[in-house]
Amino acid sequence: MKPAPFVHHAPRTVEEAVAVLAQVGTDGKVLAGGQSLVPLLSMRLATPGHLVDIGGVTGLDGLDVTDEHVRVGALVRHAGLERHDGAAAALPLLRQAVRHVAHPAIRTRGTTVGSIAHADPAGEMPAVAALTGAVVEVVGQGGAREVAAADFFVGPLETTLAPDEMVVAVRFGRLPAGTRTRFTESARRSGDYALAGVALAVQVDGATVAGARASFVSVTPVPDVLDLTPAVGGHPVDDLPLDAVADAVAAHVDPDSDIHAGADYRRMLAAELTRRALATVTTEVTVGAA
Amino acid sequence: MSAPAADAPLPMTLQVNGVVRTLSAPARRLLSDALRHDLGLTGTHVGCEHGVCGACTVLVDGEPARSCLMFAVSAQGHAITTVEGVGDDPAALSPVQQALAECHGLQCGFCTPGFVTTITAYLDEHPDPTEDEAREAISGNLCRCTGYQNIVKAVLRAAELRREERA
Repeated sequence: MKPAPFVHHAPRTVEEAVAVLAQVGTDGKVLAGGQSLVPLLSMRLATPGHLVDIGGVTGLDGLDVTDEHVRVGALVRHAGLERHDGAAAALPLLRQAVRHVAHPAIRTRGTTVGSIAHADPAGEMPAVAALTGAVVEVVGQGGAREVAAADFFVGPLETTLAPDEMVVAVRFGRLPAGTRTRFTESARRSGDYALAGVALAVQVDGATVAGARASFVSVTPVPDVLDLTPAVGGHPVDDLPLDAVADAVAAHVDPDSDIHAGADYRRMLAAELTRRALATVTTEVTVGAA
Repeated sequence: MSAPAADAPLPMTLQVNGVVRTLSAPARRLLSDALRHDLGLTGTHVGCEHGVCGACTVLVDGEPARSCLMFAVSAQGHAITTVEGVGDDPAALSPVQQALAECHGLQCGFCTPGFVTTITAYLDEHPDPTEDEAREAISGNLCRCTGYQNIVKAVLRAAELRREERA
């Protein structure tokens, strides 16, 4: 099981990288951490003629926290994000979620931005990007542009990225004060792709829930956001209508069946995981984001 | 560009176990295959070749990584450590190797190199794990013989041996 032949490009700058991408068009693919791409190449599910290896591109490994966002550069590994205390303090959901990405030995190489560019509905970080209203920073031959997460994902493994463009960073939006977040998922074996997963952001005002939103892993074609506020808004945080939440989730998700689980089971699982995650926000003392 | 150009051998320089090695291989050469076939370091085992089994785990700049999910050409400029670099003298086993032997943490041995590298890197960062943490630490490596109980014991024993070594 070996990848098909390809031409390896090792640009040193983003400009060089997009110049190569523009030259090779749809026959090119960006290689960052490779933890999703290399298996696809080895199984020959993808056979690009050109790989643009951005591992040596300077200036892509920054991780910056501002009042509005956490900006993650294209070469920040999942493990680097996981370890970053500033990012975890600013947006606890990042660390809560990234710990569910595969295994430690995958997280040391795989990049958070690569996972979002890959746009696998089974990926954890695309769901986090959706829930936090992330902005995807894109550079192409024509210059730079910014794409909201809601406009970035268009289908499984499909984004609005043009063949001559690459993602240089993702800015995850910080959540308002009083927001409590949760991330949970269920897989048959530790580190496997989740059968279903949920990222949850609950806005708490005193003893009352003001609003709640969720995004999902493995049960929606693209990571979109479900507003749970109609179900839980105004209810006391320790007495939430969890059945109504589960019903809303079951109606929202649209899972496929495969050899690991049927669609009905995944739908039930997504609803149940959300119910359980929501039940735990009542016990939360510390408020997540500032 | 034509296929032959795509598969033309490239000169590569890898730093493996502290030694600078040169080889010539096409860009699609996986690091796991470069180590085994080009450099003769057959301690790194290749199981699933898609990142699931963990047998091919090596250390890249001290951190565990699947060598089947990296191209050799991309590994240039990084310090690679294979199981041979952790310890290749039966008379002077590393603490992790000694613990695996003592605790019967292996039977056929196919998965063991990946466990040795994974556990070595884990204990560097977490020198005193609990049993639950030890189990989590090896959750990315598959073994089809032992049932894992003795590998978990070996993680704890290796931590003990490392502490003794330092005392």
